[in-house]
Amino acid sequence: MADFIVLDNLKKTFGDIVAVNGISMSVNKGDILGFIGPNGSGKSTTMKMATGFLTPDSGTSHICGISMNKYPKEAKKLIGYLPEGAPAYGEMTTIGFLNFIADIRGLTGKERGIKIDKAIERAQIKYVLKQQIDTLSKGFKRRVGLSQAIMHEPKVLILDEPTDGLDPNQKHHVRQLITEISKNTAVIVSTHILEEVDAVCSGVLLINKGNIILDGSARELRSKLENHNAVNVKLKPEDLENAKRLLLTLSSISKIEVHEETQHNVNLKVLPKENMIIITDIAKVIADNKLPISDISVDRVRLDDAFRKLTTNDTGILNE
Amino acid sequence: MNNIIIIARREAKAYFSTPLAYIFISIFCGLTAAFTFYLGAFIERGQADLAPFFESHPWLLVLLVPSISMRLWAEERKTGSIELLMTLPITSLEAVIGKFIAAWLMIAVALILTFPIWITINILGNPDNGVVISSYLGSWLLAGQFLAIGSALSAMTKNQVIAFVVSTAACFIFVMSGLETVTQALEGWLPNFVLLAVDTMSSLDYFEEFTKGIIDARAIVFYVTTIVFWLFINVVVINLKKAK
Repeated sequence: MADFIVLDNLKKTFGDIVAVNGISMSVNKGDILGFIGPNGSGKSTTMKMATGFLTPDSGTSHICGISMNKYPKEAKKLIGYLPEGAPAYGEMTTIGFLNFIADIRGLTGKERGIKIDKAIERAQIKYVLKQQIDTLSKGFKRRVGLSQAIMHEPKVLILDEPTDGLDPNQKHHVRQLITEISKNTAVIVSTHILEEVDAVCSGVLLINKGNIILDGSARELRSKLENHNAVNVKLKPEDLENAKRLLLTLSSISKIEVHEETQHNVNLKVLPKENMIIITDIAKVIADNKLPISDISVDRVRLDDAFRKLTTNDTGILNE
Repeated sequence: MNNIIIIARREAKAYFSTPLAYIFISIFCGLTAAFTFYLGAFIERGQADLAPFFESHPWLLVLLVPSISMRLWAEERKTGSIELLMTLPITSLEAVIGKFIAAWLMIAVALILTFPIWITINILGNPDNGVVISSYLGSWLLAGQFLAIGSALSAMTKNQVIAFVVSTAACFIFVMSGLETVTQALEGWLPNFVLLAVDTMSSLDYFEEFTKGIIDARAIVFYVTTIVFWLFINVVVINLKKAK
């Protein structure tokens, strides 16, 4: 069976600006795709095309095999979408808004009540049901938007920055919710909070200036930085040459950088080949040769660094 | 069909859960009364009819209907809720008609709530109530036409002020095009067929038929066609914006 959501070579230009330049992705049930990229890189535009709000200049969006272009109404039935900023009708009460969504989603009878209650419970908005949406805090507004998107238990869930404006507890809760929902749903989450990618996503799509930079996993994203999995060894200057000689015999390492720290300490940064995990090899060498070291640690590249490296040029200035 | 009702109901609730509907209705009723009694010399003329009341309607509607229609789409665009609405499983046509119906019904409520003046005239004399009813119908159709124009223009911008000003101007042209002073001024400047076209497009002429108690099929066709035409433009604008 085809994947739940398949985007094929989507393109969109606004005047002279190429917003999205041939983006394809495919997400199946059980998968959560982290859709990341700098502001203005085309994330929201891509999502708007996937959900049928914007018509792409070229390319297609298929939801469970149904073409968004040819059968928009049918395709939209299968999607739950939280647009950027979680827009809603401010003058409505939360419950009034949810009732409206339930009506449009064609929920009737017993099922209607059950699904509305479930959405309220999942998004934890029980205490603001009678409140006007305009008067809600940013976090609650976001959760009302989320409840709207998940109410009909869609096959495809597309969330544009769902945790923006939430406090750490709420973020944690939303991530749990997304993970729970993903069991039967294909989920695309755009975010600029990279910890989120580590926390919930099974895949990562990084875009910049409308082009795909990386399509893979968080691990692959990290591996784009050469010092990923590098091992730092701290030892005395007099042991330096001996240590270097011994370590260079390992086939798994690519090079060794020496950083002098103090008079009594040097730091060796041992870089692996192809992001191999080298700590065990190094530890063995150290143990076998009884090298006197004072510290050893593995560099864990932060996703932020990988993100920055991939979306900026060498000078560290964002590509324009 | 069902979706149209759901949209219309949501819109209508929005009118009445904010001060919008109440203010619109109060101002409309207040101004029609003011026009009728002061400018129209309702009492002094000593005639048992509502002519001065209905004469004021086209001019009031030119101003007041765009104040309703300006928000129809411009507000959705401004707040971003249009993105929510248009990604729900509904068509542009359903959304356009639903919104139009809610606003048109709200204007109907405003017209109905001017009933005290009808009661007054019935106490004071024996008016031709058939004329009154046909005049109300004409007024409502005229409002519908302005509303359709305003709705289409509102879809073109996210600025409500622009939507209001442009819609008022457009409705004003539709009313003015029937006035003799205007057609006379254009005479000699424009070819005859254009003059004729301008003259037949006049909302005011058709409205005046209604105020004489004549429900002419041509007049109804005129209003219905222009409403359908502008709502069609409305749908086209919304679909074009998707592909902009």
